[in-house]
Order: sequence, then C-alpha cells, then structure tokens
Amino acid sequence: MKSFTSLTAIAAPLMRANIDTDIVIPIHRMVGNSIRGTLGKWCFTALRYRPDGSENPEFVLNRAPYRDAEILVTGPNFGCGSSREPAVWALQEMGIKAIIGSGFGDIFYNNCFQNGVLPVILDPAVVQEIAEEIEQTQGTGRVTVDLENGQVTTPSGRQHAFAVEPRRRAALIEGLDEISATLRRDAEIRAFQARDRAERPWIHVPGGEE
Amino acid sequence: MPDTTRKNAAPRTMFAKLWDSHVVAELADDTALLHVDRHILHDLGGSRALLDVKERGLAVHNPELTFATIDHTISSAPGRIGTIARGIELMKALREETAAAGIRLFDVDQPGQGIVHVMGPELGISLPASLLVCGDSHTCTHGGIGALAFGVGWTELAHVIATQTLYQRRPRTMLVRFEGKPAPGVTPKDLILALIGTVGTDGGTGYAVEYDGSAIRDMSVEGRLTVCNLSVELGAKMGFIAPDEKTFAYLEGRPYAPKGALWLRAVEAWLRLPSDPGAAYDREVLIDVGRIAPQITWGTSPEHVISVDGRIPDPAGIADEDRRKAVERALDYMGLQAGAAIAGTPVDWVFIGSCTNSRLSDLQAAAEVVRGRKVDPRVHAWVVPGSEIVKRDAEAEGLDQIFIEAGFEWREPGCSMCLASNGEQVPPEQRSVSTSNRNFVGRQGPRARTHLASPAMAAAAAIAGAIVDVRSLEDAP
Repeated sequence: MKSFTSLTAIAAPLMRANIDTDIVIPIHRMVGNSIRGTLGKWCFTALRYRPDGSENPEFVLNRAPYRDAEILVTGPNFGCGSSREPAVWALQEMGIKAIIGSGFGDIFYNNCFQNGVLPVILDPAVVQEIAEEIEQTQGTGRVTVDLENGQVTTPSGRQHAFAVEPRRRAALIEGLDEISATLRRDAEIRAFQARDRAERPWIHVPGGEE
Repeated sequence: MPDTTRKNAAPRTMFAKLWDSHVVAELADDTALLHVDRHILHDLGGSRALLDVKERGLAVHNPELTFATIDHTISSAPGRIGTIARGIELMKALREETAAAGIRLFDVDQPGQGIVHVMGPELGISLPASLLVCGDSHTCTHGGIGALAFGVGWTELAHVIATQTLYQRRPRTMLVRFEGKPAPGVTPKDLILALIGTVGTDGGTGYAVEYDGSAIRDMSVEGRLTVCNLSVELGAKMGFIAPDEKTFAYLEGRPYAPKGALWLRAVEAWLRLPSDPGAAYDREVLIDVGRIAPQITWGTSPEHVISVDGRIPDPAGIADEDRRKAVERALDYMGLQAGAAIAGTPVDWVFIGSCTNSRLSDLQAAAEVVRGRKVDPRVHAWVVPGSEIVKRDAEAEGLDQIFIEAGFEWREPGCSMCLASNGEQVPPEQRSVSTSNRNFVGRQGPRARTHLASPAMAAAAAIAGAIVDVRSLEDAP
C-alpha cells in the first residue's frame, strides 16, 4: 500500500450530498481484470461530461485550478452505495490523494485506507467553511492535510484537528502490507479455528453430518 | 460459540453475540481481527483477488469455506447470447483460479449458479451465526438468515482469501422494530423503502442494524432477505434478523446446511443467538407498518421515496438550499414534474430481478398480478430469476408461462439490469420500474431513469404502461 503522511495541495469543493460510487466510476468502465490505469478518464463521468462526450465546463474538476486538485472537499455521505474499490482507484488516477467530508459510505471509507488515500472526517459546518474558503480564493489557496499531526489547515491558516484510528493511521504512514502482518498471526488464526471446530463443527465442514 | 463463556451476565444484543464469537484477536481502537466462516466470490472481482494472492506466492487459507458463482457479467438472454467479451474473460479466469485453488464454483446452467445473495441462502452456505463476506455491498442480505454478513472491498477480498480473517471496527448497534400488520399489497420491499425514507440514506452509517418487531416475525425468510438486502441503502454495512423456527424450516435439508445430529446441535446453538431481553442499543427506530402504502422512488437516491398515491416533491417548498438543489437535480435527471402525482407516469421498462427481489416468492407475487393480463405494448418487461434453482422451481409451477403469455421476457439468472455490469442497460432517458435496490444516476445505464418498487408494483406498471398503485388495477378479464 502507498503511504500517506502530509499533503499540501489544491482542493476542490464537491459539496452535493450522497455522491455514490456508481457516480464516481460507472460499472461498465470497471469490468475486467486489467482495469488499473484506465479509470481516471471515467471518474465522475455523469458529472464531468455532457451526453455528447464533451467536458461539462460547470463541473468543478474541469475548471482551473481545480483540475489539478489532489484533495476533494465533499458533501455528506460521499462514497455511499456499491463496494466497488475501483471508485478509489479512479479517484487516485485523477490525482486525488485525500478526501475531506462530514461522513463517508462505510465500505468506501475502508477502501480508501486500503489504497493509501486518506479520508478525513470533520464536522459538517467545518467542511462547509473549508469549501467556502477555497471558493473565496478561486481555488488558488492551498489546503494541508497532515496525518502525522492529525490536522487540516485551510487556505487562511485555520487549523482543524481530525481523528483517525491509531491503527489505521500507523498503517497509512508506514504503507503497511496488511496481509503479511496478519499472516504473522497465523498461529492465532489456526488456534481459533481448532477451538471453533469443536464448538461449531458445522461451520468448518459445510454440509457436514454427524 | 456459546455465550456461556462470558463472565458478565449483562443482557447482550444479537450483534454482540455474533461479533464476539468471531474474534480471533482484539486490537486497539475497538478493532478486531474476525474469523470469516463463509466467503463467496463472484465473476466481477473474484478472479482478480485470487490472482493477487497467487501472484504474491500465497495460498488460499481455507478453500473449503470459500465458494464461487457467476452472476455479474453474464448475459441473461436465453442461451446466454451476447455475453460481453470482458465477461467471458472474467468467467474463464474465475473457472481457472477456483479450479486451481480447490474452490467450489457454481457455474452456468448448474443448480446453485445465481446471484450470490440468492444462491448463498438457497444452498445453506449462509447460516445463522456465521460470519459471511463477499465483495459486494448487498452481502448484508444474508443477515435475513441470521448471519453477520457484509460487503468488503477488493483488497480485503485478497486478505480474506489469504488469511480467512478480516479487520473490522466494531460498529454501533441500531434496532429497527417494524410493528403491526402490513395492508394488502404492502410487501417487505415497501417496509424497508419506507424505513429508508424515514431515516435517510445515511441513517444507518456506522451501525449494525437488527430488525425485529411483529411484522418481521410474521415475515417469510425470503421477505427477510429482501429487508436485510437494503440495509446498505440506509448506510448500514450489516443488517440481520434473529433466526427462528421459520429460519430453521427454510434451511433444513439444504445442501450445505448441517445434517443429522449436527443439525440438531447447530439449531440448539442458534436458539441462543437472539438478543437477550433488556439488551441496549445505541439507536432505536420504531416503524408502524399499518401506515405504510406501496412505495415507489421518484429520485436518484433510495431515500427519494414516496407512497404510490403520493405527489412528487416540489423543491419550491424546501427552505434549505442544498436540499432544494438536490431535489431539483433529481427531478431534472428523472424528467419529472414537481408536485405532480407519481401514479400515471409512463414507463418504458420493467425489470423484475436482482438480489433484492428475484426469489420464488417474488416471482409468485409478480405472476399473481400478471396472470390473465397483458403487458402494455410500449413496455419492455423482463423477468430475471435470481438463480438457476429459482428458475427451475418457477418453471415447475408454470410461472414462466404466465409471464411469457402476458408479454414478459423470461430470462436466465444473474444480476442483469440491476447494475448493468453485463451490458444490459436501460437506454438513456427511458424510464424503468425496477425491483432492484439502487436508483442512482446511471445505475441501469447512462441517463437511465429508475424507480424502485416491489415485484407486485413492477408487474402492475408493466400491465398499465405507467406507474400505478397495484391495489387499483382493474380485475383481469
């Protein structure tokens, strides 16, 4: 996994509520086993392009300087819906590395950490304030997301603390490989299975008979 | 595991019992490493995860606890004509990788093949008190059996394959009680849509939701699967219902359910699963079922839902600017008139299928409406059974003939037009009434307009050629 420590970058406000992962990446663009690297172009298709395929100039990520944004500032419940991890990949391929919002779809939130993208949860009023500040600078004001110190700094220098579970924070900073870490606990896993097999044999032998 | 190992005698929720019995290791931050009892792979992401594990030089930790099926990318046309090239590649890869790893795959035309969340319960792969995951957000469906079941991302799939475990942060608990008797024409789908309309699409975010109340206890197991299926549409990764005699009657004799003395032992353990009297929840919601009418969505989020006899919202009356704009955008996308009655809105497509509503009882309910009637000539109407077994059972009852005589297409099992990952799309700006779970922008195809409803309501829309209250259909000739 990619590591994340701190980032100072252009941030784009995308404040509408309930942007689901179907909007982030349409399904027909993510069918196949070799889709990595092909998704960025299709990220936010329904918002980003007009029906004739041309860019929608009203969409924030089609406008300068937001086109170069590495941080998204989002409305409530961003990433709700489908578990599709290519939603995170598509955002990454568009250059997004951190997402600030008041709440995220549970599975999407988790998928971000799995890929080294940092989702930051702040109070809705604070998120709104950050979006407004960015707009006041026409997007030129940089936002800093500092995971090591758990702080977001707005273009005007205001600081807002955010919390990330220490385990996830450490994993993100180190770029930890979770599978290897878990396999170091394999003796514990196998001991659990041995105990559980005595308690619940039907789980360990599907369709089993006694 | 039995809860007698606990020293603390405080009443426990079903969730606590489900969670605690799967903890391999407790970690900081309310996070645990949990044992995964059942893992089901599908064609969309399954082979990629197996390949990722293989490329790292790792083995499948427990192939006997892992199952696979084909649902997302296969054509639902008769003879599977028109399966997309990438679907064919994904299926080939899934066949190769499951065979190499010794994982049981339910392949096309075999009993057992079908939508993950239909075939899992149907085969007894999902069991009460089991922890089941799948790379699909509607895995919460299996909670209808009493499983702790949830969707995971694709990186997590590889973790499960390689370790048979998963890290999870313990969610808060929410109890939703559906009390009362549903009026005629009101189905489990209407109950759960009404809940989403009440609490909103993020009302359950961060919670594990237990459904209870007299309407749940009276409900069939298939209805419970429908209720749990839409948990994720209120933001909850997990939703479940305590197993009871109905659950046991449903499961007994299914191929992967325990048998003989082991069955009796399992039932004895499952009887201890329901929440203890007095157990406390972080949030409780009460829904009066008697007040619910058949539901239909009008917008682009499942929370955009009204009674079929209701009116489409008028943004002019909404003070909050963000909410007003959201409604305006949704109405614009859906091509609907603010303030108009939703009944009478002309329909181009009807889709009866998906992991929400494609089980035998769903097809029976739709056939009941369709019998002796004809589909309006301007409507393309599809029935896509949820699994090969559902299809065969429905055909044995003659349901296929009822649908075909009325003018429906009777198709092959899979996810099909629910999410259009197999290329089966509703064309741009055409309107569909669908028994599926998501009315998102572009969900059934670019610019497609989706209205979610029950199987009976979808069948009625096909007959009327418009959104219609199923209770108001004239008698069949």
